Amino acid sequence: MDPQIQFMQLQFTIERLISDYVHCIDDDRLEEWPGFFADPCVYKITSAENYERGLPIGVFFANSRGMLQDRVTALREANIYEPQRYRHLVSSTRILEQTDSTVRVESNFMVARIMQTGATMLFATGRYLDRIALDRIATDEPRPLFVEKIVVCDSRRIDTLLAIPL
Amino acid sequence: MRWPNEGLTRVPYEVYSDRSVYEREQTAIFRGQTWSFLCLEAEIHNPGDYKTTRLGDTPVIVARAADGAIHAFENRCAHRGALLCFNSCGNSRNFTCVYHSWSYDLKGNLTGVAFRNGVDGKGGMPADFKLRDHGPRKLKVATFSGLVFGSYSPDTPPLEEYLGAEIAARIRRVLNRPIKVLGYSSQILPNNWKLYAENVKDSYHASLLHLFFTTFRINRLSQPGGVIVSESGAHHATYSKMRDDHKPTEYETGNIRSNREGYRLADPSMLMGRDEFGDGITLQILTVFPSFVLQQIQNSLVVRQILPNSTDETELNWTYFGFADDTEEMTLLRQKQANLVGPGGYVSMEDGVVGGLIQRAIAGANGDSSVVEMGGSDAVSQDTRATETAVRGFWKAYRDYMGL
Repeated sequence: MDPQIQFMQLQFTIERLISDYVHCIDDDRLEEWPGFFADPCVYKITSAENYERGLPIGVFFANSRGMLQDRVTALREANIYEPQRYRHLVSSTRILEQTDSTVRVESNFMVARIMQTGATMLFATGRYLDRIALDRIATDEPRPLFVEKIVVCDSRRIDTLLAIPL
Repeated sequence: MRWPNEGLTRVPYEVYSDRSVYEREQTAIFRGQTWSFLCLEAEIHNPGDYKTTRLGDTPVIVARAADGAIHAFENRCAHRGALLCFNSCGNSRNFTCVYHSWSYDLKGNLTGVAFRNGVDGKGGMPADFKLRDHGPRKLKVATFSGLVFGSYSPDTPPLEEYLGAEIAARIRRVLNRPIKVLGYSSQILPNNWKLYAENVKDSYHASLLHLFFTTFRINRLSQPGGVIVSESGAHHATYSKMRDDHKPTEYETGNIRSNREGYRLADPSMLMGRDEFGDGITLQILTVFPSFVLQQIQNSLVVRQILPNSTDETELNWTYFGFADDTEEMTLLRQKQANLVGPGGYVSMEDGVVGGLIQRAIAGANGDSSVVEMGGSDAVSQDTRATETAVRGFWKAYRDYMGL
């Protein structure tokens, strides 16, 4: 196949994956959210400050699909927070590096948070630093999986609390 | 404002919303005879290292001078009052105001004034202008177990005396060797700073509001533990041990919402904590009046700094740390257990909610008070955590400083 077309196909597949990911969260289908990740995986929410200084602890960290399921169980069954939804806008997705097994991708995001009262705020901006497994891209599997997703928030400040994943 | 006759068991709602109370707190408490946490020694390890923070409302710089001593002074140029330093941290030999290039050493002494003698014999400062007569206000600084505190008042008692023997011992228990910072986060709380300060001292709510604890059996009031309140009431430490045996308690027999069995973690590796302090204590939350928290929840170690932004907004800074000699495996464990705390923490996210719920609900409630009677009416150490004794301790100290 023409390498240019191959590249466009890859870009298209990745953008569709990221679109499916953010719609899953924004539609409150959180039970499906862990299914976007390989197992083991890395999912982390941190700040640009921590990321640039190599500091490992931010807002949330998981290295297995089980830990992601636990987050959803806790949000549904244990944790108390006022009803709220997100609206993700993702743009400028670009492929940084491709190896035999994975592709590294960077995207910008903005997330608005909408409270039940109607109060809407710009809750977070930042970058998704993703590593995506290539094996399922080549096959007929439903979609590729995130091996790693580092959510690097531009600011270290979180308003009130962060319950729903970014 | 008049305090209700019941004394420590009542808190008038006005204290959370009145602007004049807020202003008075800044002078009587934050700039009064108290010690406020500024930073960790580990954050300013080398000569020239500095960090900018706040003491109450006031911006301050904490710096380590060439001789290794730590200094703190207001982050404000003595000339026109501009911020001397707007970086959050760094290493420098001096601080130069960007506005007119007045410069200061790491101790906060004014060392240079640009064009002091004018240009071509014209202008310049008066001949009797003396550098030593000008400079930002300097704070008194003291360190304890790697924690750096600052105070405005020359009359503040020495830090260790201020803490008292019991609280000092509880700090030493955790900070027993060199630490390293593992990360930062910051949370903007939609409430008065005191609602958070009380929340941390309130051992009563822990297993009732925070369902993650009870759902996964991390912490219950029936576990052995207690509350230490310092003599002045100002500081506290609450602690508990994990209990393995399981017999019916208030949670099983009573109609309590937080009794929810049946949920187990799909990946319990987060809870595979280690008894790293060798005493079986799995939770210790400690406060130093007015605005410092030291937290050990299993192996999650954090210092929290409570900074008032206004009557109804508070900034809460979380600094996660481990020990310098931690293995990679230990760091990974701390990383996982950090999920329990912080702005998105399984057992702390609700604390970001309740303060705001109160702040919204007390609009128009001036003249009314909240009730703080759990565990009696005094503010002394108790061997139960079903008590609000440390909350009363906070108000005891608060009223002393405020003269209320």
